[in-house]
Amino acid sequence: MSDRATTTGTTRDDDDIVMSLENVSVDFEKEQGVVESLFDEPETVQAVSDVSIDIPENDVLALVGESGCGKTTLGKTIIGVQRPTEGTVAYRGQDVWDAKDGRGDVTVPFDDIRRSLQMIHQDPGAALNPNRKVLTTLEAPLKKWDPEMSTEDRRARIFALLDRVGMEPPEDYAHRFPHQLSGGEQQRIALVRALLMNPDVILADEAVSALDVSLRVETMNLLLELQEQFNTSFVFISHNLSNARYLAQEAGGRIGIMYLGEIVEIGPPDEVLNDPQHPYTKVLRWATADLDPTAQEMTDPPVRSIDIPDPVNPPSGCRFHTRCPEAREACTTTAPELGEEAATASERCAACHRTDPDHEYWESEPLDGVEAAESPTLND
Amino acid sequence: MQEHRTQGGPDSADPIIEARNVCVTYDLEHRDAMVLDDVSIDLRRGEILGVVGESGSGKSMLANAMMDAVEEPGITTGEVTYYPEDGGEPVDVLDLPTEELKEFRWEEVSMVFQGALSSFNPTMSIRGHFEETLAAHDYDVEAGMERARQLLGDLYLDPDRVLDSYAHELSGGMSQRALIALSLVLEPQVLLMDEPTAALDLLMQRSILSLLADIKAKYDLTILFITHDLPLVAGLADRLAILYAFELAEVGTATQIAHDSKHPYTRALLQAVPNLDAPTDSMRPIEGTAPNPAHVPDGCHYAPRCPLATRECHEETPPWVDVEDDHRSACFHSDEAEDAVPFDLSEVSDA
Ligand code: SF4
Ligand code: SF4
Repeated sequence: MSDRATTTGTTRDDDDIVMSLENVSVDFEKEQGVVESLFDEPETVQAVSDVSIDIPENDVLALVGESGCGKTTLGKTIIGVQRPTEGTVAYRGQDVWDAKDGRGDVTVPFDDIRRSLQMIHQDPGAALNPNRKVLTTLEAPLKKWDPEMSTEDRRARIFALLDRVGMEPPEDYAHRFPHQLSGGEQQRIALVRALLMNPDVILADEAVSALDVSLRVETMNLLLELQEQFNTSFVFISHNLSNARYLAQEAGGRIGIMYLGEIVEIGPPDEVLNDPQHPYTKVLRWATADLDPTAQEMTDPPVRSIDIPDPVNPPSGCRFHTRCPEAREACTTTAPELGEEAATASERCAACHRTDPDHEYWESEPLDGVEAAESPTLND
Repeated sequence: MQEHRTQGGPDSADPIIEARNVCVTYDLEHRDAMVLDDVSIDLRRGEILGVVGESGSGKSMLANAMMDAVEEPGITTGEVTYYPEDGGEPVDVLDLPTEELKEFRWEEVSMVFQGALSSFNPTMSIRGHFEETLAAHDYDVEAGMERARQLLGDLYLDPDRVLDSYAHELSGGMSQRALIALSLVLEPQVLLMDEPTAALDLLMQRSILSLLADIKAKYDLTILFITHDLPLVAGLADRLAILYAFELAEVGTATQIAHDSKHPYTRALLQAVPNLDAPTDSMRPIEGTAPNPAHVPDGCHYAPRCPLATRECHEETPPWVDVEDDHRSACFHSDEAEDAVPFDLSEVSDA
């Protein structure tokens, strides 16, 4: 971990950047009932709003937030599965969607890009064909991408990987059907399928939250070992701060906190979690139960509303102002910025007026339900 | 049942539900299909009891058995006794005729499951559900609806808006809160909750738990809260009961369990939970896998994974040992657990 921490600590060469997102937004049309669709313009939801982020080689980015915050959509955009409505997504300098559409000079073919960016799903059972043996499932992508490879080589590669993820004897597991595997084992098959492609980035969407508590650390350790061994980067999506912290910390990676389509705080896990600067990060910390019952008071939720606002009409100014325990008038009109450097920086960045001691925020009136105003302190 | 199982007994001064030697099986002849094995525990009047177990540990069976709601072809044996308030006649729950059981289930003990969406009828408004429930139990609908609004408000919901909605129009957190309000509208004494927040975001989960603490105090409820998530319930519960592979491993106050567990499985579980404050290298997975109901080992169910297991453990059912006042552990080697599975909460929290 320490040797890697130093790499993240210095500025990287552009060569090290696998994926680069610039000012990416993703809009969806909200699903409508039949009657509504006859009369109304479809409403759009901005699932991701103006996000810029780089994914270096051999890195871990953990995205955390409540459901509907856009973390899954952002993850899919990072691995080139979701086309952005605005902004650009580049794989090693090649615009992913130009490659797909054959626009301009394509230096990296889209098929190669697709293969380098893999995903493991939240529900591995649903992602595996129930009527196919594990071996058949795992052979299919290899046959597609490398038709020249001999059956022998193909199987040797699959067995070696199965063995590597602890499914021994691999010949035995290879001939099972998904229903003959436990949830944890299915998850590993999905992981093997992704790794067979030697990907640069793997998106793991809630890959451990569905597992039993006692399996989580084990699974995360496996992810970390594989990441190290295969030089793969992971984008790890979770609503659980503890899991995200474990992975990001062990890998010397970053945690990004998302709220209503935006990254509101990002940086190394110890800074983000031990000294959160964004009020929303603090709220998520409150939501993460402490193991010690004596340290856990059942206090009221430290938000002014426990429900998330309608993403069709996100609040003006700072999107968190309807729930933020620190919100003031200034927050309703001006949106705080995360800062340019947030995409790559190894230091923490937070999008909140409170991080700026000279902001007009400090002179403006607290909103209803916000406790007494105090003055700026840099360490707040 | 074996004599020694009743040592270190569950007896408490004022139980509201008393479960004794409760077993759930799918096949009376063969022990193999046992999904709840000889569980004895009291739910004490006015407490919040957290039952913690991993998936497939039998934790949902326990809640179902307590209201005789185990689905066919499961067979529940043992005794479940309900003690109404003010010294009314004790009720033998497993013996109740169908009609009375139906009343008992909503009016005395009510239950909230995970996933409100499947509990609500998609073609009926939330108001419809409240009215139907009140009418079906011959309650005064008007007074009942007043209570409903109150309860919805207690759960940070806008009563008018929610009552006029259909479940699918509400967010997951809102419909789950509406379901909790519905389960309380007939003023039950006991609320059994089976992973009531598991499908929700952490912030909503914690918010609901803090609201539950308020509601419990306001309406004098007794709550049984079943979850796989030990830290989630540790701060809410007065006592914790740990289930492993269909049997109870340890029961004690939340503090005793978190600080001074005397059971090798509980300690391993505490070590395995990813949490925010512990140094990441102190988290350790539990070796091995939990048994499935068709292959439950003889003796202590945890023996194949336990670092302390001796021959005895593999052959005989471990006795209940009173390790402290009000703290019991089902283990032959309770006194060695601490050394064998080191876990120090004070090192782990606020590190
Ligand atoms: S900008 Fe204002 S509303 Fe937004 S997080 Fe900061 S204090 Fe809260
Ligand atoms: S009874 Fe034996 S096997 Fe079971 S937990 Fe105790 S020491 Fe381990």
